[in-house]
Amino acid sequence: MTDCINMTHGGGGRVMAELIRDVFHKHLGNRILDRGDDAGLFAVQKGRLVMSTDGHVIAPLFFPGGDIGALSVHGTVNDLAMMGAKPLYLTAGFILEEGYPLTDLERIVWSMASAAREAGVQIISGDTKVVERGKGDGVFITTTGIGVLPEGVDISVSNVTVGQSVLVSGTIGDHGVAVLSKRENLEFETEIYSDTASLHGLVADMVAAVPDIAMLRDPTRGGLSATLNEIATAAGVGITLDEVQIPVSPDVAAACELLGLDPQNIANEGKLIAICPSGKADALLAIMRAHPLGQNAAIIGKVTDDPSHLVQMKTAFGGTRIVDWLAGEQLPRIC
Amino acid sequence: MCLAIPAKVLSVEPDDMAVVTVENVRKRISTALLDVVAVGDYLLIHVGYALHKLSEEEAAHTLSLMAEAGILQEELDEISGDAPCVT
Amino acid sequence: MRYITEFRDRALAENLAGRIRRAVQPDRAYHFMEFCGGHTHAIFRYGVQDLMPPNVHFVHGPGCPVCVLPVRRLDDAIELAEKHGVILCTYGDMMRVPGTGRRSLIKAKADGADIRMVYSTLDALKIARENPDRQVVFFAIGFETTTPPTAVAIKMAQAERLTNFTVFCNHVLTPAAIEHVLDAPDGPAQIDGFLGPSHVSAVIGSHPYEAAAQKYQKPVVIAGFEPLDVMQSVLMLIGQVNAGRAEVENQYTRVVTRFGNRKAQALVAEVFTLRDRFEWRGLGSVPQSALQIRDNFADFDAERRFAASQKQSREVKSCECPAVLRGAKKPIECKLFGAVCTPDNPMGACMVSSEGACAAYFSYGRQRAPKDAA
Repeated sequence: MTDCINMTHGGGGRVMAELIRDVFHKHLGNRILDRGDDAGLFAVQKGRLVMSTDGHVIAPLFFPGGDIGALSVHGTVNDLAMMGAKPLYLTAGFILEEGYPLTDLERIVWSMASAAREAGVQIISGDTKVVERGKGDGVFITTTGIGVLPEGVDISVSNVTVGQSVLVSGTIGDHGVAVLSKRENLEFETEIYSDTASLHGLVADMVAAVPDIAMLRDPTRGGLSATLNEIATAAGVGITLDEVQIPVSPDVAAACELLGLDPQNIANEGKLIAICPSGKADALLAIMRAHPLGQNAAIIGKVTDDPSHLVQMKTAFGGTRIVDWLAGEQLPRIC
Repeated sequence: MCLAIPAKVLSVEPDDMAVVTVENVRKRISTALLDVVAVGDYLLIHVGYALHKLSEEEAAHTLSLMAEAGILQEELDEISGDAPCVT
Repeated sequence: MRYITEFRDRALAENLAGRIRRAVQPDRAYHFMEFCGGHTHAIFRYGVQDLMPPNVHFVHGPGCPVCVLPVRRLDDAIELAEKHGVILCTYGDMMRVPGTGRRSLIKAKADGADIRMVYSTLDALKIARENPDRQVVFFAIGFETTTPPTAVAIKMAQAERLTNFTVFCNHVLTPAAIEHVLDAPDGPAQIDGFLGPSHVSAVIGSHPYEAAAQKYQKPVVIAGFEPLDVMQSVLMLIGQVNAGRAEVENQYTRVVTRFGNRKAQALVAEVFTLRDRFEWRGLGSVPQSALQIRDNFADFDAERRFAASQKQSREVKSCECPAVLRGAKKPIECKLFGAVCTPDNPMGACMVSSEGACAAYFSYGRQRAPKDAA
């Protein structure tokens, strides 16, 4: 095998078959994948199925606490988990850039395999393409996942109503800051790790304890503020938050100060927002805190009746302000 | 005016550089705009440069001035007769 | 975080709020201009106006270097990247500001121009060293806080004999702007005092404001950046107004001294000299208000190395940034505000820059009724 990806790896011939065998199957292998068929075969589960897809184009590919491989598994698993579904199978499509080192690719695939094993899902079909140097960013991965929704589970933004409580499963901003710390031109050394993780175990515990959870969502790109604004707009409600209750690790807070960023606008990859009837909030909080991925969970606000669908926040200082939906990625500022 | 943040000097490096820290976040910055910098100093950092040293004494003084309001109110109440007689 | 968190303490805020309430004279209004965009941002972000009595009003000033940069200069910067093929290094703040034809740095970048966001001039120098075959231009903006870092970079470039590094200089000066605002015939109806900028003053000291305070008989309190600093400064301004005083007081004593950072000032004086006049968005042409690179550093001056085309620059009609910057209008009085002009779709710099009054008001405060909008 050569050292780097070249165009023949995507050519469909022997070299590509060797790549698939020696890198992908070696780490991701399972009974279904190993059959070597064009598609993964599995029995249809009784009940309702959910399906989701996610493209991953993160740069850099390796960051403190994770890499694109782990992210591509966790991201899709979490999309399914936010419906209350048990994730079962994933497929993975790779677009590789000519010149990308094979050892790094193997690291990524190994990482995917670990993440999948931990999450209890199997990657049952895949695809590989190669693009010319300069036409990709090393590796792009698209994963599609399928899961099964247990009987009676109905988790959706359409269940959100005035008076419900808003909870978050832990500290916000960790992933985005961990990634920023590696990016060129914004180098600083921190001990902040990405929080990338599969959340379906936590969700299963939550749904078992509080079956009438209204909705769940993971605040990825755009952070807490984007997700809450999406929810407020979609459900036609307002949301008020209490800044003092929102968990932010001191290191993330410090990094944000340095760069002039707001932790609320920064991506998370292992956290969720839960909205539930206010009478159940304490019980839900207790169950979340009992799970390793929810130890810093907190009740951060409530759903209100607001015709302008704003997300507002009582600041730690005592005043009030809007938590706005950002136009795009928040850029570090000097002013 | 602009965004600048107080950070503590962790180490001083050659060529007018230093490593500063806010909580556990470390950053290399330039000290070219200051004369003398020592480990443990708090510096005001803006766009990768230290602009000024922070005076710990003045910071403490400012905070105590801000806290004075409470004491002042008690005194005012005494003068106006709102507070119960102490003497 | 040391020296940060203590100055955001809620209990102290309540103390100061109470003291401000007792200090104001009930039969008059107080209008204080916070010159600096960073203060505007802090006031809105922490909801400081909620803790003020109803007769204390903040008037937003032009201290946002992104907002006051004329469209023409932004167009020139975009042209440097697009027509001259330079690597244009810029602070994040400038990326989304719309120039003529709603063109921005971020759009030009999407179209292929090599525009790179940097945190520091040190990063720009690094890019120049790593790309000896390309011309690197640093898009320098900012008031006196941001100018010394540019001076250091130019000196370093000179010491290293870099031939591919130049600076497109748009540094502007604060005291000149304050005087211009006070001179403006159609300025805000009333300014009773100024909250002076925190970090500009760390560099230039508190004494440059003394002339303006004296001439216009308005008190200036140099205010720190944290919300408690703003509140304490308001208290000090109220005290001065009530007593009929017009002095420069320093609230931000932990960083600001009377004469500032002399080393930084000397470096700036070595590398830059005053422009006769400079066009400020919103304030028009202001004399002695901006800097240009001195002749002996001409090799590092992008304006001398690259010829700018004389294309016409245009602002969006009906954009009231000029009036908002002078404190003459509130964001909500602009026809475009919130309707056509939003952070998603900004028409002018005041909406794009996170320091701009329009952006601050839209993002943090649009739930307020117009009359209590700070």
